Amino acid sequence: MSLIEVSHVEFTYPSGRAPVLRLPEFRVEKGERIFLFGPSGTGKTTFLEIMAGVLRPQKGSVRILGQDLGALSPAGRDRFRADHIGYIFQSFNLIPYLNVRENIELPLHFGSRPGKNQLDHLVKSLGIGDLLARPVTELSVGQQQRVAVARALIGSPELILADEPTSALDMDHRERFLKLLFDLAGESQTTVVFVSHDRSIQKLFTRAVSLADLQAVTA
Amino acid sequence: MIFLRLAWKSLRNRLLATSLTALSIALSVALLLSVERTRRAAEEGFMSAISRTDLIVGGRTGPLQLILYTVFNLGNATHNISWESYQDWAKNPMVEWTIPYSLGDSYKGYRVVATNGDFFTHYRFRGDRAVEFAEGVKPNGLWDVVLGAEVARRLSHRVGDDIVLSHGATKGESFQDHRDKPFKITGFLRPTGTPIDRSVYITLPGMEALHIDWQDGAAPTAAKRVAADSLKVENLKIHTITAFFLRTKSRIETLRLQREINTYKEEPLLAIIPGATLQELWHSLGYAERVLRLISALVVVVGFAAMLIALTTTLNERRREMAILRSLGAGGGRMVGLLVFESGLLTLAGIAGGTALSLGAFAALGPWLENEFGFYLVGPALTGIDLLVLTGIFLGGLLIGLVPAVRAQRQALKDGLSVRT
Ligand SMILES: Nc1ncnc2c1ncn2[C@@H]1O[C@H](COP(=O)(O)OP(=O)(O)OP(=O)(O)O)[C@@H](O)[C@H]1O
Ligand SMILES: [Mg+2]
Repeated sequence: MSLIEVSHVEFTYPSGRAPVLRLPEFRVEKGERIFLFGPSGTGKTTFLEIMAGVLRPQKGSVRILGQDLGALSPAGRDRFRADHIGYIFQSFNLIPYLNVRENIELPLHFGSRPGKNQLDHLVKSLGIGDLLARPVTELSVGQQQRVAVARALIGSPELILADEPTSALDMDHRERFLKLLFDLAGESQTTVVFVSHDRSIQKLFTRAVSLADLQAVTA
Repeated sequence: MIFLRLAWKSLRNRLLATSLTALSIALSVALLLSVERTRRAAEEGFMSAISRTDLIVGGRTGPLQLILYTVFNLGNATHNISWESYQDWAKNPMVEWTIPYSLGDSYKGYRVVATNGDFFTHYRFRGDRAVEFAEGVKPNGLWDVVLGAEVARRLSHRVGDDIVLSHGATKGESFQDHRDKPFKITGFLRPTGTPIDRSVYITLPGMEALHIDWQDGAAPTAAKRVAADSLKVENLKIHTITAFFLRTKSRIETLRLQREINTYKEEPLLAIIPGATLQELWHSLGYAERVLRLISALVVVVGFAAMLIALTTTLNERRREMAILRSLGAGGGRMVGLLVFESGLLTLAGIAGGTALSLGAFAALGPWLENEFGFYLVGPALTGIDLLVLTGIFLGGLLIGLVPAVRAQRQALKDGLSVRT
């Protein structure tokens, strides 16, 4: 059993005419670190959200850890995501009225991931240790992104889906983030699917996948 | 714990919208409680305008008419009672005390009541409250007059002032002043919150003396006029009174006495039990009460509508926030719980604020209401029914919170996440 098994998925936005995504086959094994790339607007975010159960494909099936996401209720999918997936949103999605610490700890309250003691280590490595009590609205974009990263990593989920998590980070933090991510991934055999434009870090991953190539098979 | 903190921080984050919603609920609750309390006070004040009196006796008319002209200063008596009949009943062994009332004159629109010391000794209202003097003494001499609290305040007289009474009790009658026989003010009564405040009191001989030279309701000609200083209390014989109040020695005898008076052979009389007649009168005024109740109900409905609108608009602003929480695993039940919890908190704050507002306002304005309007806040500030209604409002608030919560639940996660803020 692969950790991620996507087969014959087709997705069209309710407002769109043509399918954004038509994807015959995609598998990721446990412990793999996938680098997913493609030009802007090709559907990388859409694909990640399908794997996270945020979007539901009209056709095909998505299995994570053997669980068919399509078989779950919307609330069941929310719960499954909280328990097993750390998702770093391209647009961060922080709760504006909570402070840094509260934002990072949110998934621990809703899912069953233990991880309160990871917090210090996480924020220190990401360089936001001093910001814990600050409202997230007072952070720079790069700082916000690091908070979103910490929130996804806390509790050591089995799968991390990262949507351009380093776009707003400087070189220094980008490397620290990757080091942290791979440390964690190494410790608990976490699987990573990582979307980025920055091909310079591609070599650090076990496999690089072009979304266009994935889709091209259909044609 | 996170539940409470999320709710609290989210409410605080939208402080203006939140406090406006709570304020609108508070105002509705305050209005509701105030209308209810006013209604209760009105009923209470009405029902307790007279107490301790077991029977009111007058010439043969309708019971409502009798209580209206004796207790409420409204309307006129059509028949009088002869002094002999009155004495007959006053001396009845079943009777503890009586208070004679003689009506028919007025002072600047206020009723003149001719009575004797028994009124000041025995008359009771609102339980066991007696008529008390704010200043001066009760009328004793022929030309003594005492003013009720409102009369005194409105007309700003002083003890010792001379005043002229007018013939006729109601506005419709053509007034003729008793200019030749002025009265001297000997005292003012304390406010009672009853029609006593709007009455003027003289003695029975005073009333007799005032009309000694009148014939068949017509003023005397100059020649026939009797000078005021030629009249002496000792020489005046009282012929009639308008009505009298009566207290039995034992309540059990009230009905028997009533029957006996109503079948009195010497003169047609009517005896009524004030409590029963007041009840009847209040019910015939039930229209006003129903209107007040309707206003209360409408106030609550409007309050709820305002709350629903407020909660729904804030929810629209919060779609993204809700979606983020869901994306982090907050399940349907939790989200509904969170929203219902928030609206419950808001409703509770509104109810608490409104109750405090209403109680505070009455506490602050109570004395002013008493002075200015003779409106007494009798009875409890909050009744069991009030508490029941407040509980109902709270439950309604929770229910209303459920509407946007369920709506939020229906929304696709992606839609919420795509909302730009
Ligand atoms: N909510 C939506 N409704 C309709 N169409 C959408 C929606 N979101 C994205 N799309 C369309 O779907 C396509 C894929 O979008 P997606 O966000 O997945 O691209 P992406 O590869 O992540 O791009 P980028 O690198 O810029 O983040 C785009 O053409 C976009 O216009
Ligand atoms: Mg994208």
